[in-house]
Amino acid sequence: MFESLTSKLDAVLKKFKGRGILTEKDLDEGLREVRLALLEADVNFRVVKSFIEKVKERAMGREVMESLSPGQQVVKVVYEELCSVMGEKGKGIPLVPNPPTVIMLAGLQGSGKTTTAGKLARMFRQDGRKALLVAADIRRPAAVRQLEVLGEGLKVPVFTPGAGKDAVAVCREGVEYGQKYGHDVVILDTAGRLHIDEDLMKELVSIKDKVRPHEILLVVDAMTGQDAVNIATHFNGALDITGVILTKLDGDARGGAVLSIRQVTGKPIRLLGMGEKLDQLEPFFPDRMASRILGMGDVLSLIEKAERTYSLEEVENLKGNLKGNNFTLEDFRTQLKQMKKLGSLVDLIAMIPGGSRMLQKAGGDIPEDGLKHVEAIMNSMTLRERRDHTIIDGSRRRRIAKGSGTRVEEVNRLLKQFLQTRKMVKSLAGGKGKFSMMQKARSLFS
Amino acid sequence: MNFFTRLGNKLTRTKDKLIGDIDALLSRWKKVDPALFEELEEILISADMGVTVAERLIEKIKKDRITEPLAIKTVIREGMLAILTEHQGTLALPDARPAVVVIVGVNGTGKTTTIGKMSERLRREGKKVIIAAADTFRAAAIDQLNVWGERSGAAVIRHADGADPAAVVFDALSAAKARGADVLIVDTAGRLHTKVNLMEELKKIQRVLERGHPGSPHEVLLVLDATAGQNSLVQARFFNKDIGITGIVLTKLDGTAKGGIIFGIMEELNIPVKMIGVGEGIEDLKDFNPREFVEALFGR
Repeated sequence: MFESLTSKLDAVLKKFKGRGILTEKDLDEGLREVRLALLEADVNFRVVKSFIEKVKERAMGREVMESLSPGQQVVKVVYEELCSVMGEKGKGIPLVPNPPTVIMLAGLQGSGKTTTAGKLARMFRQDGRKALLVAADIRRPAAVRQLEVLGEGLKVPVFTPGAGKDAVAVCREGVEYGQKYGHDVVILDTAGRLHIDEDLMKELVSIKDKVRPHEILLVVDAMTGQDAVNIATHFNGALDITGVILTKLDGDARGGAVLSIRQVTGKPIRLLGMGEKLDQLEPFFPDRMASRILGMGDVLSLIEKAERTYSLEEVENLKGNLKGNNFTLEDFRTQLKQMKKLGSLVDLIAMIPGGSRMLQKAGGDIPEDGLKHVEAIMNSMTLRERRDHTIIDGSRRRRIAKGSGTRVEEVNRLLKQFLQTRKMVKSLAGGKGKFSMMQKARSLFS
Repeated sequence: MNFFTRLGNKLTRTKDKLIGDIDALLSRWKKVDPALFEELEEILISADMGVTVAERLIEKIKKDRITEPLAIKTVIREGMLAILTEHQGTLALPDARPAVVVIVGVNGTGKTTTIGKMSERLRREGKKVIIAAADTFRAAAIDQLNVWGERSGAAVIRHADGADPAAVVFDALSAAKARGADVLIVDTAGRLHTKVNLMEELKKIQRVLERGHPGSPHEVLLVLDATAGQNSLVQARFFNKDIGITGIVLTKLDGTAKGGIIFGIMEELNIPVKMIGVGEGIEDLKDFNPREFVEALFGR
C-alpha cells in the first residue's frame, strides 16, 4: 500500500521530473492521492484538509533530492508531517508521589475498556506495584463479573459495587479502599457510553469531580471511522482527558482515527492494545503509527521484534540454509522455538504489509496454539529424520506419533506444513540479512 | 407516532449531519461546478461512505448533467436508495426446526446484546428460543448472555469458560432438537478477521451444525459497529470469504452521525444489511428496510 501510494504519486509527478523543484501545480495533483489514502484510512476529512495544507506548505519549492523520485519526496514530507502530528513516543503512565495513582478509563461501548483495565493492572503488577481494579460499570450485564474473572486470573483485587450503589459512589469507595489498603494504583473501569448521551457524560463528570483521578484515559477502538473527531471532542470537552489508549491494533485497521484524535485533543497516545490476551499492551511509537496509516505495515516494529529475539549468528545460519536450499525439519524446529519467543506466528505475519492477506491464502494451516504438539512431534524424530524428511516413511510416522502422544494424521499434517513453510521461506530468502528479506516480502505483497 | 418518524428520530444524528450538510451546501451554490462536487464528496465521505461510493454517486450526478444545485439532492437520494434496494434482503428463518442463526463479528460490536434483543423479539412472536453460549473465551461472556437469557426467557446452553465452542454448539443443537425449539441462536466469541485460527474455529462450528442439522446454519449474521470506519468493509469481506455471510446487523447507529458504511457494504460486497440497532431498548433492533431508511434520512 505504501509502495503503491509512492508509485501513484510517481505516476502523477513523473511528467515534472527533471525540473528539479516541486511546484504548486505538481503538488496539487499528487496530494489528491495522499488525500484519498488518508480518507480511506479513516482520517477525518477536515483533519485531512488541514493536514494537506500543511504538507503543501512544507513541500512547495523544495528541491527534489537526487536520490528520491518526486513521489518519494512527497511521501517523505507526508510521513514526517504525520510523525510530528502523532506527538511523542508514549511515556506509559507515570505514577504520582503520593499513592494511589487513580486512573479512570472512559470510552464508547465495546471499545475495550474492561480488557484494557485488566491489561493495565497486569502491567503495574509486573512492575511490582499493588494495583486495585474498581468495577464501576454497573450497566452492562456481567461487566462486573468480567472484571472479577480478569482480577482472579491476575491475582489483582477487584472492588465491586454494593447493591444499589451508583457508579459515582462505587468509584469514591473504591479509591478510599485503595488508600486504606496501600494500593499504588487504582483503576476505574467505567461503563461504555455514547458521547452524545448527556446524562451518562454527566455521570463521568461527577466521578471526575468526586475522586479527582490523576489520569483520565480515553479508550478508543482503532477501527473507529469519521466519528472519531466527535468522540474525542465530546469526551475531551467534558473530562479534559490526559491521554488516549488505542485498542484492537492487532487487526488490520489503518487507524486513521488516531490522527483525528491527536489533532482535536492534542493529548498524548499512551499505550496500544495489541490483542485479547492481557500481556498485549504495548508502547506507542509515532513513526510506526504514521507508517501504518499510510499503509506501510508495521515493518519497523516487526524488524525490531525480530532483532530482539534472533541472535545474529542464528540469522546467518538460517540464511545460509535458505540459500543452500536445504531448509530442514531441524531448522524448522529451531524456527518454531524462536517463534515462541517472538509471540504468535500469526500476529507476526499480520504485521507484514499484506501479511493478513497471505494468512488468508494459507487457509489456516499455520500452527499457533498447536505449537506444543508440533514440538513434541519433532522431538520424537531422530536427528537423521529431521535432517532429511524424505526418509520418514509410514512406519517411522507411526513411531513418531506414538512417541509424541499424537496421531499419524497430526504427523502428516506437520510434514505438510513443513513443506509449505519451506516453500514460503525459499521465496523470501536470498537477500542480505533480515531487512532485505523483509523488503523482498514487501515486494511480494505490494 | 408512525414508524417513519420514530426511525427518523432515532437517526436524527445522521439525518441532521448528512442531509443538513447537503442542504446547506446546495443552497449556497448558484450553479453546479467542480468545487461543489469536491465539497459534496467530503460530506459523503464524512458519513463514512467511503471514497468509492462517494465518487460513484457523484459520477451519476455528472452523467445526468444536472445544472441546478437543488436537483442534486434528488439524485443522491435516488442513488442511495438504488444501492440499498438492489442488494436488499430480510431475515429468513425457515420452518425447519430449529432454524439456526449464527452471530459473528469482531470484538465489541455488540453481538451479545444483539442476541439478547433478538431472542426477546422472537419470544414475543411466540417462538421458543435456545441460545448457545459459544463465546467461551471472553471473561464472563457466558454470564452476560445468561442475564439476557433470563430477561427473554430463552434457555442458554453453556459449558465452562475455555471449553471448545464447537462442543457447546453440538450440545445446544441436541437440546434445541430435543426440546422442540423454533430457533437456535449461536453466540460466538469476538474475533478479528485477521486471526486465522479463530476463523477456523468458526468453520468448525459450521461443520458441526451442518452435520447435525443439514441445511443449517440458515443465517450467518455479521454484526458491525456503525461507529467503525472503512475497516468494516474489510471485515465483511474476510468473514464472507471464510464462512459465507448471509446478512449484516449494523449496531449503534443511533450514536453516530455516520453509518454511511452501510452503502459501501451493500454496493461493494452485495451483502444485505438485514437489521439495524438504533438504541438500547429491545424494540430498537429493527428489520432493515431500505425505503424506510432513506425516507427517515431525507424526511418524507
